[in-house]
Amino acid sequence: MRRLARVASLAALAALALLGGCGKPQFSDAEKKTIASLALNTLPALKADTTNQYADVPAAAAFGSTLFFDVGMSRHGPMSCSTCHKIDRQFQDDLPQAVGVGRTNRRTMPLAGVARDPWFFWDGRRDSLWSQALTPLENPLEQAGNRAAFAHYIKNRFGERYERIFGPLPDLSTVPANASPLGTDAEKAAWSAMPARQQDDVNRVFANIGKAIAAFERSIEPQQARFDRFAIDLATGTKPQGDAAFSPEEVLGLKLFIGKANCVTCHNGPRFTDNSFHNTGVPPVNGLPPDRGRVDAVAQVQADPFNCFGKFRDGDASACRELRFMVKDGEQLVRAYKTPSLRGVADRPPYMHAGQFSSLDEVVAHYSKAPASIEGVSEVHPLDLSDRERAALVAFLKTMSE
Amino acid sequence: MLRASRDVISRRGTGLASIWRYILAGLGLAALLVGILAVVYLTAPHSALGPDTSRSKKTASGLFVASFEPERGVIRQGELQSWLLTLKTAAGAPVEGAAITVSGGMPQHNHGLPTSPQATDYLGEGRYRIDGVKFTMSGWWQLRFAISAAAGSDSVVFNIVL
Repeated sequence: MRRLARVASLAALAALALLGGCGKPQFSDAEKKTIASLALNTLPALKADTTNQYADVPAAAAFGSTLFFDVGMSRHGPMSCSTCHKIDRQFQDDLPQAVGVGRTNRRTMPLAGVARDPWFFWDGRRDSLWSQALTPLENPLEQAGNRAAFAHYIKNRFGERYERIFGPLPDLSTVPANASPLGTDAEKAAWSAMPARQQDDVNRVFANIGKAIAAFERSIEPQQARFDRFAIDLATGTKPQGDAAFSPEEVLGLKLFIGKANCVTCHNGPRFTDNSFHNTGVPPVNGLPPDRGRVDAVAQVQADPFNCFGKFRDGDASACRELRFMVKDGEQLVRAYKTPSLRGVADRPPYMHAGQFSSLDEVVAHYSKAPASIEGVSEVHPLDLSDRERAALVAFLKTMSE
Repeated sequence: MLRASRDVISRRGTGLASIWRYILAGLGLAALLVGILAVVYLTAPHSALGPDTSRSKKTASGLFVASFEPERGVIRQGELQSWLLTLKTAAGAPVEGAAITVSGGMPQHNHGLPTSPQATDYLGEGRYRIDGVKFTMSGWWQLRFAISAAAGSDSVVFNIVL
């Protein structure tokens, strides 16, 4: 009898081992492959930006850093890029919508790895880092300046430094103090009255401001997180030690992230983004102007004189394939917004393009429920995650921080 | 009485009967294994049920034979790539001067392509460069070509699974 019991218990143990994998291995080979593809060590070297010949010129990056933090770079100072892109806050501002001279309608994006983006802003209305940097400078709700005033400011304050990098400044003696094609009526009139050659001169100085700031921003790269230490240990077959070890809840969260919850479909690669635009049914914010996302940005990037097809691009047009092969219309662009990187995500609420959700719990609950979009069609489908699964996903998202 | 007879069996069991117990247990374990393997097999994804991923095929009405390959041989997720669409007639002659439009998307995700690929160059011998192809995520993608040439108009769909 005892022997029978022993044999039976052995059989039961064997069955358990087969079913539960004895708790090991925790991940299938396919899961391991996906996890390895998310680790920071798979991030390729930053590619050259041929549209900005100063992108990797150290003096330009240093000058760009000065401009990025220079509170003189706005009409009503003191305000700079760093007012919203705070260096000690992952280059974002913790606010639901950015506040410059006025309150904008969008969440400030963090900047880690920004130079790797093919499109800029939540809706991709700019196609290069340097043309992006120019936009807040003239947005009346952000730095609220105008390009003629910026050209004068650069000449007066940084003339020598500018010329060492970009060559001689143009003659600005007859350029109005304030003029821009995007400014107030008076500024627009002043701009229209300028000869084309003079407009070009000012645009050239303005473009170079963007190219310097972009050169600086190329140095802002994502940092290794707990997740990476775990992923690298998993890939090399080393047992994760110390904080690289994941709790059972974090392991469950990771499995959901790359499995049942489908997060990795869009949040893929070492930056956790597919660099594309999706409607995920995120609700609009009451009181903000109508916001249709990518569908309206297409015309804006095409009309931008500083886009890749424009005359201020360095290098040849072979760098413009993203713009050339851009999707220009279709239902899928309506209320489509950029997939944000998830690196450091737990440390920077609120979330989504207008700060709609104040916590990761709310974000995960949104994707679990997957409500229909107010306009266009949401690409996400209900997941009906349990409380335990939602908490596990949040626990995993926290491992994306140091 | 019962107890006495059981004792007898039990005593005898130290011999031949114990072997039968082992065999029985072994059979039980084997049955369990078969059951587990069956469950694993039945729930595993079947490649046979996936889409046809052949890179060369007849167009829908059989007018052309089309092949579609990445120009540099490998598919890199998240990168803009150029592909080559090669068109031959059913008789094997290269199709020249074709007008080609490209569409597609992810049938399981309810969205189109993230880019608008175009036929950008004719490279001779029925080969057309399709530039601006980008696969932003893993899964099942479809690329649909509407082809118009001297022989007539036809279309073909290629499935690409990443």
